Amino acid sequence: MTPTATYSDQFAALATPAGAPAWLPALRQQAFERFTALGFPTTRNEEWHFTSVAPIAERPFKAIKPAATTLTASDLAPWILDPSWHRLVFVNGRFEPGLSQFSELPAEVEVATLSDALRESPEWLSAHLGKLAAFDAAAFTALNTAFMQDGVVIHVPKGETVELPLQILCLADAQAQGAAFHPRLLVVAEAQSQISLIETFAAMGGAEYLVNAVAEVTVADGARVDHYKVQQESTDAYHVSTVQVTQGRDSIYHSFSFAAGAALSRANIYTKLLGTGGEARLNGLYVLDGTQHADHQTFVEHIAEACASRELYKGILDGSSHGVFNGKVYVDPEAQKTDGKQTNKALLLSEQARVDTKPQLEIFADDVKCTHGATVGRLDELPLFYLKSRGIGAESAKALLTYAFAAEVLETIENDPLRLALERAVFERFTHASFE
Amino acid sequence: MLKITNLHASVGEKEILKGISLTVNAGEIHAIMGPNGSGKSTLAQVIAGHPGYEVTSGSIEYDGQDLLELEAEERAQAGVFLAFQYPIEIPGVTNAYFLRAAYNEIRKAHSEPELDPIEFLDVMEEKLKVVEMDASMMQRSVNAGFSGGEKKRNEILQMAVLAPKLAVLDETDSGLDIDALRIVAEGVNKLKRPDNATIVVTHYQRLLNYIIPDHVHVLAGGRIIKSGGKELAHELEAKGYDWLLEPVTA
Repeated sequence: MTPTATYSDQFAALATPAGAPAWLPALRQQAFERFTALGFPTTRNEEWHFTSVAPIAERPFKAIKPAATTLTASDLAPWILDPSWHRLVFVNGRFEPGLSQFSELPAEVEVATLSDALRESPEWLSAHLGKLAAFDAAAFTALNTAFMQDGVVIHVPKGETVELPLQILCLADAQAQGAAFHPRLLVVAEAQSQISLIETFAAMGGAEYLVNAVAEVTVADGARVDHYKVQQESTDAYHVSTVQVTQGRDSIYHSFSFAAGAALSRANIYTKLLGTGGEARLNGLYVLDGTQHADHQTFVEHIAEACASRELYKGILDGSSHGVFNGKVYVDPEAQKTDGKQTNKALLLSEQARVDTKPQLEIFADDVKCTHGATVGRLDELPLFYLKSRGIGAESAKALLTYAFAAEVLETIENDPLRLALERAVFERFTHASFE
Repeated sequence: MLKITNLHASVGEKEILKGISLTVNAGEIHAIMGPNGSGKSTLAQVIAGHPGYEVTSGSIEYDGQDLLELEAEERAQAGVFLAFQYPIEIPGVTNAYFLRAAYNEIRKAHSEPELDPIEFLDVMEEKLKVVEMDASMMQRSVNAGFSGGEKKRNEILQMAVLAPKLAVLDETDSGLDIDALRIVAEGVNKLKRPDNATIVVTHYQRLLNYIIPDHVHVLAGGRIIKSGGKELAHELEAKGYDWLLEPVTA
């Protein structure tokens, strides 16, 4: 059976959600046909040169109908960054209203699950869903679009500020074994609005499953969206995600991608700066061990004038893990006064760990400032000696410097509870000491 | 306390120390002076256990132990301290965490209980006064973005916290303005005890106006070419190093 055939049977059996609008089956059909035509990417595809998704293609991941969870709020505590925040919780892909809270949002701000939104605001949804996340050349996006069952839809009207962050927690447990999840996120932040989102993907136990997430984010003129993603999937799981953003005039989009889980993960973060004066900041940290593989691909398209983009990605690799960073920056002939900076640094803790890094700058305007830099290395001798000369043992000194390497990028997280949680996770992982 | 005998050390193929012998007793301050490239900093770093230098012959006995057998961290735990000429920046680790980690490692080595962050605050408060540093410096990353003077004061702060038996100050005066120099020197003087010793490595005499040495040694070409009392430093200030170097090269 070909990899796509696994999905053909499932697609044929796929039921349209009750009350869904008529355009949905058409969109699904179109997406599935595209997926079938494209097939899973191979390493001959330039976009996937360093990442083989054969393990995903070879496994017959299936949609599941999970039972309602028996987990309680206290079981979720390790992942809930702040109990006062708005949150939507999905367990094994199933929305859990009892574990979620988002009724305290400003009345004008609409937050709903995708299945509710399909029933309640199909017309609005038809104008936005699938409009940014193109699947012509993106098999995983096509697959998500064909199979998306649920997700989150957020509409922040003009001038509205959502004061408290909103956390979306996607949790997998033993029921997730062999399952495929295709969560969908749609964010429309209208002019001068603001929202901060944290997507957390985590697991209880070591199930083998696939998460194939797609997010579409519109950041209109003068709006600001902070979008954090924490990927702590089971180390037997597979995680592919694509975020497609468009930004208006003077808008701000800040993204942070933390990846420590999954056997294989790929995160695509793409933004288009369509309005003058926009700012995009795409930062991230991946921490790998064993045979883990994590690939980040960013793409910043400077279409309008005088936009700024900043990227800082760092990776810490132990065992025989493999990291990939591919940062593309495109500067349109019209995008004069572009200010772009991309940095990526990897720290190798073992002889077997490997990193492939590929910055790609395509600049078609002449009055621009664009820089990029990449380093791959080991811990420096001199800082190690400095710490040892103060009585700190070799192992502790290495651990502390490894943490320090990560801290430089974690410091850019403007959400304090999240920053502290990630600092703590990285600190305790390397030093085996408690974080105070 | 410290007995260096016919010490030879190299970087790669290049021999830098060519037979140093030096004895330092508890309660003493020794100044090591000499022109650039004489091997002063190498001597300081070899005592601290810098991995970039290979000791090819000779010995260093410290408190009855073979110092060269010890790792850098074991030397620190045994009471050896080097104030770096170029203190290292460690972005991401706060000064407070770094100092407490070092302090506790040394306590652990002496089977003393470790201090928690609150208990350590009391230790810090007192030590910050020694170098006239503001408590806000503790929340900044180690040396990151510090001025030259702040870095040197931070070295002396570490020395104050770790209370070494043998402190080696490597060109601690370089790059300091007169106020910073005074603060650093006063810090060193306040930390002086009858049971500890200090080696001050310097190119210039001016630090020795504040830290009065018992013995002055002139290092040139990897050897000690002259030793004397504090008056030797004044003589060097007046005459430079050339009058000493000529007989060696003749």
